[in-house]
Amino acid sequence: MSAPPTTGTPTITRVTGTLAEARPLRDAGLYDLVRVGERGLLGEIIRFKDDVATLQVYEDTTGLAVGAPVVATGAPLTVELGPGLLGAILDGVGRPLARLAAASGDFIAPGATAPTLDPARRWRFTATARPGTHLVAGDVLGTLEEQPGFVHRVLVPPGVAGALRTLADGAYAVADAIGHLGDGTPLHLAQRWPLRTPRPVAERLPADRPLVTGQRVFDLLFPLAEGGAVAVPGGFGTGKTVIEHGLARHAAADVVVFVGCGERGNEIAEVVQEFPRLVDPRTGRPVMERTVLVVNTSNMPVVAREASVYLGISIAEYYRDMGYRVAVMVDSLSRWAEALRDIAARLQEMPGEEGYPTHLASRLGQLYERAGRARACGTPDRTGAVSLVCAVSPPGGDFAEPVTQASLRVAGGLWALDPALARKRQFPAVDWATSYSLHVETTAAWFAAEAGVDWVALRARVLQLLQRDAELREIAGLLGHEALQDRDRAVIEIARLVHEHLLGQSAYDPIDAACPVAKTGRMAALVVAALDAAEAAIERGATIDDLDLAGLRRAYAGLRAAPMALLAERAAAVARVIASLGDARGAAAEVRA
Amino acid sequence: MIAARTHHGARALVGALLYVDDARGAAMGEVVEIRQPGQPPRRGQVIDAGDALTVVQILEEPLGLAPARVAITLTGATAEAPVGRELLGRTLSGVAAPLDDLPPPIGEALRPVWGAPMNPSRRLPPGDFIETGISAIDGLNTLVRGQKLPVFSGAGLPALELAAQIVEHARAGGGEPFAVVFAAIGITARETRLFVERLRDSPARARTVFYLNEARDPTIEQLLTPRFALAQAEFLAFEAGMHVLVVMADVAHYCETLRQVAAARDEVPGRRGYPGYMYTDLATLFERAGVLHDRPGSLTQLPILTMPDDDITHPIPDLTGYITEGQVVLSRELHGQGVFPPIDVLPSLSRLMNAGLGAGKTVVEHRRWADQLYASYARGREARLMATIVGEAGLSDPDRRALAFAARFERELIGQGRTRRTITETIAVGWRLLAELPRDDLERIDDATWARRPGATP
Ligand SMILES: Nc1ncnc2c1ncn2[C@@H]1O[C@H](COP(=O)(O)OP(=O)(O)O)[C@@H](O)[C@H]1O
Ligand SMILES: [Mg+2]
Repeated sequence: MSAPPTTGTPTITRVTGTLAEARPLRDAGLYDLVRVGERGLLGEIIRFKDDVATLQVYEDTTGLAVGAPVVATGAPLTVELGPGLLGAILDGVGRPLARLAAASGDFIAPGATAPTLDPARRWRFTATARPGTHLVAGDVLGTLEEQPGFVHRVLVPPGVAGALRTLADGAYAVADAIGHLGDGTPLHLAQRWPLRTPRPVAERLPADRPLVTGQRVFDLLFPLAEGGAVAVPGGFGTGKTVIEHGLARHAAADVVVFVGCGERGNEIAEVVQEFPRLVDPRTGRPVMERTVLVVNTSNMPVVAREASVYLGISIAEYYRDMGYRVAVMVDSLSRWAEALRDIAARLQEMPGEEGYPTHLASRLGQLYERAGRARACGTPDRTGAVSLVCAVSPPGGDFAEPVTQASLRVAGGLWALDPALARKRQFPAVDWATSYSLHVETTAAWFAAEAGVDWVALRARVLQLLQRDAELREIAGLLGHEALQDRDRAVIEIARLVHEHLLGQSAYDPIDAACPVAKTGRMAALVVAALDAAEAAIERGATIDDLDLAGLRRAYAGLRAAPMALLAERAAAVARVIASLGDARGAAAEVRA
Repeated sequence: MIAARTHHGARALVGALLYVDDARGAAMGEVVEIRQPGQPPRRGQVIDAGDALTVVQILEEPLGLAPARVAITLTGATAEAPVGRELLGRTLSGVAAPLDDLPPPIGEALRPVWGAPMNPSRRLPPGDFIETGISAIDGLNTLVRGQKLPVFSGAGLPALELAAQIVEHARAGGGEPFAVVFAAIGITARETRLFVERLRDSPARARTVFYLNEARDPTIEQLLTPRFALAQAEFLAFEAGMHVLVVMADVAHYCETLRQVAAARDEVPGRRGYPGYMYTDLATLFERAGVLHDRPGSLTQLPILTMPDDDITHPIPDLTGYITEGQVVLSRELHGQGVFPPIDVLPSLSRLMNAGLGAGKTVVEHRRWADQLYASYARGREARLMATIVGEAGLSDPDRRALAFAARFERELIGQGRTRRTITETIAVGWRLLAELPRDDLERIDDATWARRPGATP
């Protein structure tokens, strides 16, 4: 057996699943990209030992042979950030899926390449920076209209500074120089960014307002702050994806980045079909125009799953730096963690809990930390935010597992989903007793001003009602319905309204799917008023049968599908029922007397 | 890929893994032929290619092989399956060898069995209603073309009967071309017969191809059988323009084999010993369902899976449920009561239901009708549980009504027996049951829907 070469062209010496080994690769750097084999599969160097480099391969390795050539590119995995991202559908390493289809058809062939941004497309750029001024990273060079009505600010990339020599208005492609610095450095519409590195900010700011979700249970009970991060764990079929899609449609963000990480192709197809037709009521434009889809479905290469989440967050940070409020949805973070586990296992690293690598918690922490509100680098002054909503898929639906637990340590909220509710088709299946938000106080003032009610007090009353309901049901479950007083029965009946109509929300009803804050406040206030009225009536001597609870239920149910234009009218109808809730008592009491 | 090379002797043989020194140029997934004097030839596949050491997974029973005496031929090819319309009507082994006294299938093309992922941007969201004739599915967990909807069964429960009934009855609308691909994965000959015989006299037989890996066949082959079947199904769907229904039984056997292979390789085991990559591996099967833009056919999957210990949180059903578009769950209790099909609709789900129902597909009130049936039945089931503690007398009036409703629902709507019901018949049965309840108990039915019920006074 001849000794393998230590100099010369690097070749593959081993392939096992998604990993390969190559040598000699002395001059390349850790995390440098490589092209592997005749087809040029995309890979990345993740370990060096002597002159053997271990490569993780982003594409299917079937057919890759020992002895195949390896070419080091000398650069790490980066994403091209620039105009044209909004509305794009990218795979986990930033290749636009439509271009891949044009190249290789309906099924993805390994080794295809396609630039993230369309190199042919020209953008009308208007310069705002003045030649002669000294520029630093993050300064706004000028603007262009990326989508109708959406201003894309072209920024000086991180690490670049100097006197501006030239900069001109014009129609440019992303690779064209739009100007130069004094030292000759060219400036472009796009920039490259190593996606695993957080983009710098001038200052991190505390959260001060909510990211309105349009879901009553979240906005009222477990609010998400702008720049906050929340984990959404739940077994399969509990409604994680419906929540994530609902947020992508309705959340009050300027830009939405949806990362479909290791999940279903048909779910993506649904988004791709629906979003271009769905109009964002705040801008009057299709929702797709504010959306970036990053897609690496469960049957696509595992290694790219790991990259896809970083890709999505880097894009979000880029728009944050322009001064936008960006929401990132990851569905599902567990698949990202499993990709880490898969890679670690193949590297034969010492496994930690449930086979996950011991660095899982720190990697996950770093990821969540990329959410936040911040003042951007450079001038003029801009504030932006990245909010993060991560679905977590715990095995067997049991939250006592590493990904859920590590998420809880770093997220600012927990939206826990309950399979028992999902089985009853009680959606969103949010377990109110387990869920929490650390942003109740920080967002309270904003909600109160928006809805014109004391949000915190209302929230407390609703939670209290749910708590009493749970206790009473437990008693009834042990001792029978007869063991309950009329007062208790009224509590259960009104709590039923809360579960069914206040917290319950159908994703499939065009009106109910997204609820304005004012309506949420109104519905909550009416439930609390109904409870007070029922208790007062019983206090005055009414029995449960005297209360027109059926009428209340009917009227209240009418609120859900009420558009804002009809809300006042229907709320008044509910209020009338509440006002006369115990009226039957009068008649009954007279008869008794 | 390069030409075939033959090596003599292997360093070691551990279980079904053959360790070969110095097999230069071996490729990941390369098909290997293993010969030894006095032994039948075996096939294998490279799972770890190295310049020093290459690992070959033997795909058949390794009994009788001696590492020092084997000749190992690297064929230069990765596994391919013959596919084509002419395979319809045939009975093949788990790796497409003839079992029907006909010559080996040649087909119209050879396709890599591992397939390639569909480009998600080329997928068309599934939304065409398939009428299976089963009320619990059509009415409450609607199946659509391009969906993957597994049956979660328990040992001894009639999952295959249910699948056979669906295949027999499911008619593609408008006389469009359809086909059935059946993959037996480690099931018994008796179970296979049960399915095959149901189809023998049905017009569906000529449009069905069987891939049979039974319990007595090499287990490792089970990793290939569903892929041979899916390669054929993909061809029929996306190149021959047919609506293809793939039935695979039993995914649990597939997973056991996966675990066995992982253990033989000394891999770090995941939950309950199953490999950490089982989710991804299963996804490469189930995600092959779908519909594509600009192509007329569709690939629908109905995998059958036996839940070990009837435990839905076991890794096999759990990971499957995380990938598939819902699940149809069978209940031992209903089966014990003679209800057929014994489908427990509460843990069952069709995630694509919403796309397949409504005006022009089923009926306009379908969504609310189903929501109400679910809500009333769920309440009845809770009441049943409560009644075991406090007695029926301890229930509130609405709970007592829901309790009675649940019993009738199971008998009349779910327990339809072997007859086929049209969607119209299913909807009518549901309304009949709902009509037993007072209007005030029907919170999910709005007035417009209420007015649309049969027999409503206009
Ligand atoms: N808000 C909702 N309204 C109506 N149905 C819902 C809602 N949320 C979930 N569902 C139902 O639950 C099913 C599963 O939800 P999904 O989000 O796909 O679950 P997960 O992602 O947790 O597996 C959906 O297909 C739908 O039928
Ligand atoms: Mg999901």
